[in-house]
Amino acid sequence: MTDRGSTVARPGAHGAGASSSVQRLALLFSRMWAWLFLALMVLFFVVAVPLSTGGSVDFLTIRNSQNILVAIVPVLLLGLGQTFVLIAAGIDLSVGWVMSLASVLSALALRDSFNSGAPLPIAVLAGLAAALAGAGAIGLVNGSIIAKLKVPAFIVTLGTSFIVRGVAYLMSENSTVIGLPAGVRAYGNDALMYYITGPGGGLYFLNRPEVGGELLRRMEMIFPYPVLAAAFVVALTMFLLHKTQFGRHTYAIGGSMDAAVRSGIPVDRHLIKVYILSSATAGVAGFLSTLRYTAGSAVIGDSLLMSSIAAVIIGGVSMFGGSGTVIGTVIGALIIAVLTTGLVMLNVDAFWQFIVVGAVVIIAVLIDQSRDLIMGKQRKGAAL
Amino acid sequence: MSDAILQVRALRKSFGGLTAVDGVSLEVRCGEVVGLLGDNGAGKSTLIKCVSGVYQPDDGEIVFDGAAVTFTTPMEARRHGIETIYQDLALANNLDVGANIFLGREVKRRWLGGLVHTLDDKGMEGQSRKTLDSLQIRIPSLTEPIETLSGGQRQAVAIARAVYWDAKLMIMDEPTNNLGVPEQHKVLELIRTLRDRGVPVILITHILPDAFAVTDRVIVMHRGRKVAEKVTARTNPEELVQYMVGARDDAAAAA
Repeated sequence: MTDRGSTVARPGAHGAGASSSVQRLALLFSRMWAWLFLALMVLFFVVAVPLSTGGSVDFLTIRNSQNILVAIVPVLLLGLGQTFVLIAAGIDLSVGWVMSLASVLSALALRDSFNSGAPLPIAVLAGLAAALAGAGAIGLVNGSIIAKLKVPAFIVTLGTSFIVRGVAYLMSENSTVIGLPAGVRAYGNDALMYYITGPGGGLYFLNRPEVGGELLRRMEMIFPYPVLAAAFVVALTMFLLHKTQFGRHTYAIGGSMDAAVRSGIPVDRHLIKVYILSSATAGVAGFLSTLRYTAGSAVIGDSLLMSSIAAVIIGGVSMFGGSGTVIGTVIGALIIAVLTTGLVMLNVDAFWQFIVVGAVVIIAVLIDQSRDLIMGKQRKGAAL
Repeated sequence: MSDAILQVRALRKSFGGLTAVDGVSLEVRCGEVVGLLGDNGAGKSTLIKCVSGVYQPDDGEIVFDGAAVTFTTPMEARRHGIETIYQDLALANNLDVGANIFLGREVKRRWLGGLVHTLDDKGMEGQSRKTLDSLQIRIPSLTEPIETLSGGQRQAVAIARAVYWDAKLMIMDEPTNNLGVPEQHKVLELIRTLRDRGVPVILITHILPDAFAVTDRVIVMHRGRKVAEKVTARTNPEELVQYMVGARDDAAAAA
């Protein structure tokens, strides 16, 4: 193609690198493998879990599926913001502690506004506002230093994560903010629907049925509120990334900074917005954890950063920027949650989940790179 | 000349002790392809970077579209309608053809009374297709990332983008480098199409057959100075080579 003089003119031959059907198939696999992997994994656990327990436990029950959904909420929320950051060829290491700070801030705002007479729904909204404002401020700082002062994102967000960690501990006074109104519990733990199986059961909307004993044990929650909130953020980020100019510019900046600048895209301002968005989804995660535990926690997000980045990478977002999807990140988060839950149900030592997740991350990147190999391209180095 | 889109007068640019462009004047008229020839280091790229806003000249004047201009950035030159097609093309390889042509100037649809804006990808694709068709550029799929396209096709996308946004002057820096022979012909054909549409082109090249294939006039530079300006039809490769290597020099002969 680039060999001057030796090229024979074949009609229609100049062009597409992915021309042969084998290449197309390989390309399709490299794009869809995460879905396939998730499906095969679910299938495996559906067969293996009853086998290993002598048929007493099933994998794909309502309860288990809802548990998995609840479990992925914080990792997913951190990952959604991170998806934009990575596509823009950056990285945000601060989201874990931003989530912690948001949890503490929202607990303080919720408790204090309730104690000074605000009705509970208003106090909850005050908690959300505090979480978003605090997190957004960190994002603004991250983005400004990265975009305007040209400090590498890795360094800036590493630095702010330490700072935010300190602030979160200081504000929580002993790492946990307690004394929240008891009614908060319902916001963080109730569900859209309840289903009681068997005799005397039925389907209930919005209101938790007041039952006890046998009926309570047969009651399943369907779509707990945190899951609904996360689904809303998924829809919002999906729209933003794939349907708007904001998303288009995010891809352009990550794909070619040079092209973005020369096209007149306000790159600095855009990057600041991307880091604010990343912090904001972490803020939502912190807020939801406060509702879930009826307490603010300064340690809640610490362990989630790496899992969230793993989810994003498994979901096919390139560390080099320029490619990835929201739905990919959702699949990535689901893979981690299904893996973790399934291994626990198989009575595999819990520490194995780390080993497996780690292996999956590396395999995901290998598949991503093989795509470039199929296309006959070389990747440039990462610009963090 | 009233129909001159670009006039460069006695332009001078030096880097430290080295004078890269030494008092060069030239003119480009509407609907003409001007070849800028010279060996490596002759100063043609520096000259053109002064016109496109990458460098600021030390001395001399640039008149574009009837007004004296000083560009401090390439963006500014672009806003005036001077499009430079560099070898690296400045395209986002991860985006499709439509997204690239409209990058930074996306067409949007308004919803809820302008509260929400979404990208009009179909509309942009349609416009892109129209522009490509009008330039007789054939690209099978406009919805694949352009990294799947060949070098010549990407070159064509960059040119189509400039055409769509009404470039008043197109500068092409060695556009046939790194292309296969059929693709070289395509690009040269495209330059002819541009001329037929009235878009003036400055073609920087050191490949004589390219210059003879498409240019109306040629300007030869040697060691920072303009040593010849010829109507292409009234010169020949042997003569131009002599100018390029410094064996002949009209400017010195006139002095």
